[in-house]
Amino acid sequence: MSAPPAVPLTETSTESLAPSRLAGAADATLRSVGPIALALFACGLILLAIGRDPLSFYGDIIEAGLLRPSGLQDTITRMAPVLLIAGGLIIVFRANLWNLGSDGQFLLAAAMVAGTGPAIMGALPAPLGWALLCVIAMTIGASWTLIPALLKAHYGMNEIITTLMMTFIGIGAANLLVKGPFKGSSTVPQTAIVPTDLLLPVIPGTRIHIGVIIALVAVGIVYLVLSRTSFGTRLDVLGANPRAAAHLGVNVPRVIVVAFAASGALIGLAAAVDILGIFGYMRADWNPAYGLKVIPLVFLARLNAIAVVPFAAFFGVLSIGGEFATRQADLPSDFLLLVIGLVLIFMVATQYLSDKRARGETILPRHRQRGAPDV
Amino acid sequence: MSELLDPTFLTALVAGGLLAGIPLLFASLGETIAERSGLLNVGLEGMMLTGAFVGFLAALGTGNIWVGLAVGGLAGLLVALVMVIFCVRLGLDQIIVGIAITLSAEGATSLLHGTMFGQSYPRLDAVAGFAIPVLHSIPILGGSLFSQPLPVYLAFGLVLLTSWFLRRTTIGLELRSAGERPGSLDAAGVSVVAVRSGAELTCGALAGIGGAYLSIVGAGTFVPFVTNGMGFIAIVVAMLGRGRPWWALIGSFLFGMSLSLTTALQVVGIDIPVDVVNMLPFVSVIVILIVFARDAKLPAALGLPYLRGSR
Repeated sequence: MSAPPAVPLTETSTESLAPSRLAGAADATLRSVGPIALALFACGLILLAIGRDPLSFYGDIIEAGLLRPSGLQDTITRMAPVLLIAGGLIIVFRANLWNLGSDGQFLLAAAMVAGTGPAIMGALPAPLGWALLCVIAMTIGASWTLIPALLKAHYGMNEIITTLMMTFIGIGAANLLVKGPFKGSSTVPQTAIVPTDLLLPVIPGTRIHIGVIIALVAVGIVYLVLSRTSFGTRLDVLGANPRAAAHLGVNVPRVIVVAFAASGALIGLAAAVDILGIFGYMRADWNPAYGLKVIPLVFLARLNAIAVVPFAAFFGVLSIGGEFATRQADLPSDFLLLVIGLVLIFMVATQYLSDKRARGETILPRHRQRGAPDV
Repeated sequence: MSELLDPTFLTALVAGGLLAGIPLLFASLGETIAERSGLLNVGLEGMMLTGAFVGFLAALGTGNIWVGLAVGGLAGLLVALVMVIFCVRLGLDQIIVGIAITLSAEGATSLLHGTMFGQSYPRLDAVAGFAIPVLHSIPILGGSLFSQPLPVYLAFGLVLLTSWFLRRTTIGLELRSAGERPGSLDAAGVSVVAVRSGAELTCGALAGIGGAYLSIVGAGTFVPFVTNGMGFIAIVVAMLGRGRPWWALIGSFLFGMSLSLTTALQVVGIDIPVDVVNMLPFVSVIVILIVFARDAKLPAALGLPYLRGSR
């Protein structure tokens, strides 16, 4: 019999072994903040190596992303799509399913919202129009996961591959839509524009649109559904061991399809709030590529939808402040990908060391002693 | 449709297919070896990209494409070392580490390119084709098939070598059992860690060579994100080939052709939107996956870490 897939990084593994709740909480914090600190340190060394001052670089990030009032508002606004995508990813990751196709789901939903938005907002009262566009976006996002979900549910086809393929198709299709049927009257390939007064309302006194509140409510619901309902339990059982789940009477194919659809729907909603909250239109070849970048956040939050909020805030500061800091330092903004990638690497390393410590093993590399059995 | 039988179109299609297919072939051969040993290497894209950048630098510095390809392979191998340490030795999640490798490589290459070249994109000289006597004068396809840069023939040779190696050698057998039943291999006294490490390093080196080929011979320059999902296509090619190198060859060539279809169509004056063409390889993968969904067979232990004593 083949070994069941290892379920990494869920919150169950070590807490029960830790001596107290406090120690457990300290350990969890260390595991989450540690990798970020290490990654920022490593990137600081890289910045030094290419002749930039890391202190002023990080200073710029904090200044532009957190301390300036306008930057702080942008950061909070940026959290809306990130939180929704994170919520969508957590649902499938809980079941040990991989949805690596969020960019395609996001962009296709964004194209549909931006393409149909001007007409719908012109025809319906604003709240109805927003609701309808959100539903459209969620439907598109969910439907784009259907093929991978069905192939996985019925043939066990590797969903990593299929969702990745669908993401590339989705990006192409979104561009075709924006350049073709949805192209507005301007010469630039972009959709018609939803008038500013018909965009999502802002929180009074700020530029922060209510998409952020929608996103916070959504991750709250995801948290409750995953921790308080039988559906959440089914996802967890499926994630731990698909065979055991089938024996327990879980309808595995249905849970897979529902989980993927919910995931895609939240990612579609993320696109809707981004388009309706900030832009009002979509340019061809626009791709914020949140997909892979959000993955580290949900793992740092250990697949807990509420715990993802501070990490989304960190990501917001990093991306908003990073745009300014990289421009100041004359570096490509892709530098942030390196930060995120390193966070992920340090995260698995920290996870490993901390698991070992929790089991009472040495965290130092084991050296083979002379005459000892070859382990 | 008569334009499609035009010799210029066919020549352009085959030549373009080879040009775009060779990087895929190197990478998918590597992935085939890794998958056979039980490793799903999602970091392939990052390894290709690193190979493309570092190999390009080496070729630019020395003016020698062979040095460029070798250094690119070495760079890919070093990136694969991360996966060896984290996934093979420590048994950590292959997909997370793979994503981390891809993200870091995208960031690092873009950063270094920006620091070293800014907005300029230095070019290498085009690599001359090596015409095989007699064969290259076959009408219509001979000119595109048999007068290719030398590394192309090297790639074909590698397919032969890998196929023989996996089927006929003891190490090949051990590699396959590491992917199917690592426990049995361990019980037979062979180190699963060593076998998988070797497979992963080979995979990284091949992906690096593929990336270097892409930037040095294919594009003649490096732009950030030049691989543009090719690493992921290579994973699919390897998967569809179900561990058989010859199928990786056929798959890579077909994907190469669909990647180069725009250019070929433009040669005969047919314009289709570039987005359609960009989607084409992925659409064909999905169609193939749907049609052959029942047949997709992957090694039993693919993606699972092997830790002695754990169930």
